[in-house]
This record gives sequence, C-alpha cells and structure tokens, in this order.
Amino acid sequence: MKTCLVVDDSSIVRKVARRIVEALGFQVIEAEDGVEALVHCKKAMPEAVLLDWNMPVMDGFQFLGTLRRMPGGEEPKVVFCTTENGIDHITKAMGGGANEYIMKPFDKDIVLAKFQEVGLVAREEETAA
Amino acid sequence: MNSPDYEYLRKLLKERSGLDLSADKQYLLESRLLPLARKAGLSGIPDLVQKLQGGSSALITSVVEAMTTNETFFFRDKVPFDHFRDTIMPEVLKARAARRSVRIWCAAGSTGQEPYSLAMALKEMGGALTGWRVEIIATDLSQEVLEKAKSGVYSQFEVQRGLPIQMLMKYFKQTGETWQINPELRAMIQHRQLNLLQDFSHLGTFDVIFCRNVLIYFDQDTKINIFNRLARQIEPDGFMVLGAAETVVGLTDTFKPVADRRGLYRPNDPRAAAARPAVDGVAAPRVAAMAGR
Ligand SMILES: C[S@@+](CC[C@H](N)C(=O)[O-])C[C@H]1O[C@@H](n2cnc3c(N)ncnc32)[C@H](O)[C@@H]1O
Repeated sequence: MKTCLVVDDSSIVRKVARRIVEALGFQVIEAEDGVEALVHCKKAMPEAVLLDWNMPVMDGFQFLGTLRRMPGGEEPKVVFCTTENGIDHITKAMGGGANEYIMKPFDKDIVLAKFQEVGLVAREEETAA
Repeated sequence: MNSPDYEYLRKLLKERSGLDLSADKQYLLESRLLPLARKAGLSGIPDLVQKLQGGSSALITSVVEAMTTNETFFFRDKVPFDHFRDTIMPEVLKARAARRSVRIWCAAGSTGQEPYSLAMALKEMGGALTGWRVEIIATDLSQEVLEKAKSGVYSQFEVQRGLPIQMLMKYFKQTGETWQINPELRAMIQHRQLNLLQDFSHLGTFDVIFCRNVLIYFDQDTKINIFNRLARQIEPDGFMVLGAAETVVGLTDTFKPVADRRGLYRPNDPRAAAARPAVDGVAAPRVAAMAGR
C-alpha cells in the first residue's frame, strides 16, 4: 500500500484529508508541521505528501526545499494544499519542486484529479455524462 | 405533478432539445422547473404549463435550457485529448500539409472547457502549426452556457478539475477568486448558438468533430439522424470523438470505430458501406428493431 503524508496544522483539515486520501487507497500518516513531517520522511519516504503552506515551526515551502535535498527526497510526489491561492505562491511552489497544487477549499474530486495528474492514482473508468 | 402536465413537458423537451426523459423523471423536472416557475412569478408547475401552452417563447427557451445538463470540465476523461494529440493531429498535419488549415467543431461545447482544452492542446504542439489556419467552432443549444464560454472566466473549483496546474499558470490570468483564460486562446474559438436537432450544414465541413456527452440524452432515432447528418459535415479522412458512454455501433454505418482508440471514429467510405452484404450489416436490422420498440 502506498503511503501519503498529510501535513497540516489544523487537525480538522487533516481529518478531512485523511478520509479522502484513505478512500483513494493510501495509508495515511499525519504531521502538524514541517519539522514533524521531516522526521517521518527520514524514517521512511512516503510516496505522496499533501502539504499545507502556513504552519508554525517550519512551513510547507521550507519543508519542500529540505525534503528535495534529502537522499531519496526527490521521490515523493508533493501536492500543495493551501489557502495561499495567488499565482505568486503557485509559481514559487512549482519552482521549488512541488508536483501539483490544490487551492483550498478542496474536495474529493479535486484531490483525485490532482493525484491522477501526477500518477499517484491510476485513471480508471471515464465519467458518464 | 399530474400526468398530462408531465406528458406535455416531456413532449415539449423532446421536440425542442431532443431530451428523452423516461416516464419516471417527474422529480427531475420539478426540481429544475419549480425554481424557474417561481422566478417567473408563477405559483407552480400547472401554472407554468398553462403559460407554456399559451406560447410564451421566452419561457419555452428558459425551460429547455433549465433542463439541459451542462456538466463538463477541462480535459474531461483525458483519453480523448490524448487521441487528439497522438492520433488526430499528427494525421491532420500530414493530410493537410498542402492546405495548412484545420477546422474543428465542438458540437456541444457547454461552458467552454472542452473547446479551450483543445485550444490548449494545440498551443502545446508548439511550432508545428505555425502558419496554419486553425478554426475551432464551439456550439451549444444554451445561450447561457455560451455566454460563460465566451467570457472564459472560471471559478477556482472549475480550474481544479482536470486542468494541470502548469496549464493554469501558463494559460490563465487570475482576477480575485476567478481565473480567465488568455485572450490569445479565447481568440481561437468562435462560439455559436446551435441546436443539433436543426440543420447545421451551413457550418461547412470539418476535419475533427467532438460531439461528447450530448447524444446520450437523445433517443435512438434522434442519435441516428444526427450521426447521419454529422457524416455529411466531416471530411472523408476526418475524425469524430464521442463521449465515454456513446457509440455509433448498432446505430449507423456512416462512421466506424478506430481500433484501439476508445471513443474515436472515422467516416466510413460510403461505397464500402453500401456494398456491404446484408448479413454483415448488423446496423440496419438492429436499428429497425430498436425503432420498432
Ligand atoms: C453534458 S454537456 C457536455 C459538454 C462537453 N461536450 C463535455 O463532454 O464535457 C451537454 C451539453 O449539450 C447541450 N445540448 C443539449 N441538447 C442540445 C441540442 N439539441 N443541441 C445542441 N446542444 C445541446 C447542453 O446545453 C449542454 O451544454
């Protein structure tokens, strides 16, 4: 089973995200901030990271930079999931090594679409009507 | 809803838009038409029907438009756009190399995500089309969706369904909570109001026709009729793309599926179709059987 690290300082958001990502077939690990997320990554690299931007201690962008410089840190697909929905943030994140970007509020369809986009979830049946 | 009112509305919709509602869709009609009736200052469905019977054409249009399903999103189902990039356009580039022009028709373009996806796919081809004349014509029955398509303005939710973030960054401009597709891409598309039940021969002939997720709402005879008329608007070496739940198989001989390319069809050589022996021609007897049901 693939693992997805859900990084967000809000426990409510983590809970919602967990439910969505689990339904997509992932095992979920939660982290409250970038530092905690890095600890998990050092133990075992997840296949996916769903990443908030603004968090205390270490924010999502700093985490991403550190992750990408770690051994094996280029492997996980990192999908930002944040209320920072300005084009400047999006450009910065993509330039910093993110694979996709979700602007909050999000739902299951969006997470699924983005996970398919980066190849974390296979595209299955096409939509009817 | 009483059944004469329901039957009247069913017949009206079938005639005006082709929508083929089964006998048990009262709830659907009510959920979409009650708000409309209230907005028009009418007390309910019986009042609305009476007004419609009186021949209020503006109201008829609103009712017909309210009953269309406009659901769509960027690069919907992905596969058709892979076909477009990997199969259709390479062939068109070869076949039209002398003429250097390509005509594409989105026959039920809804709010524009489909034609804009095609426009983006063409842009992504880089220099291959330099010096070519590219025409994308997007048509729809509903004036309301056409207005939105023309504006090219989408909500944050809409740009996150099917649109890769790189494309959003490249082809859209953010204004507050919404995103507008760039003028250069907007200029690639002509939006026109068109009812597929009516004559469309004035549009001319196309190299590529996208006709997705609209025929599913129609009955067999209407589908056959439209396929046969589409066959007249497509170049003999052109391509037609249907939705995931749609096919020509068992309905018409005018198109044939392309092997290993789901949803992709090409016109049949009319002589070959005519010459085919009856035993082979599954289409004809089955159509007759369906029509007779
Ligand atoms: C579900 S949308 C499909 C949009 C797009 N092709 C896609 O696959 O995502 C169906 C569209 O068909 C339009 N439509 C319904 N009846 C029509 C008719 N008789 N002629 C032209 N368009 C029609 C509706 O207004 C609606 O926008």
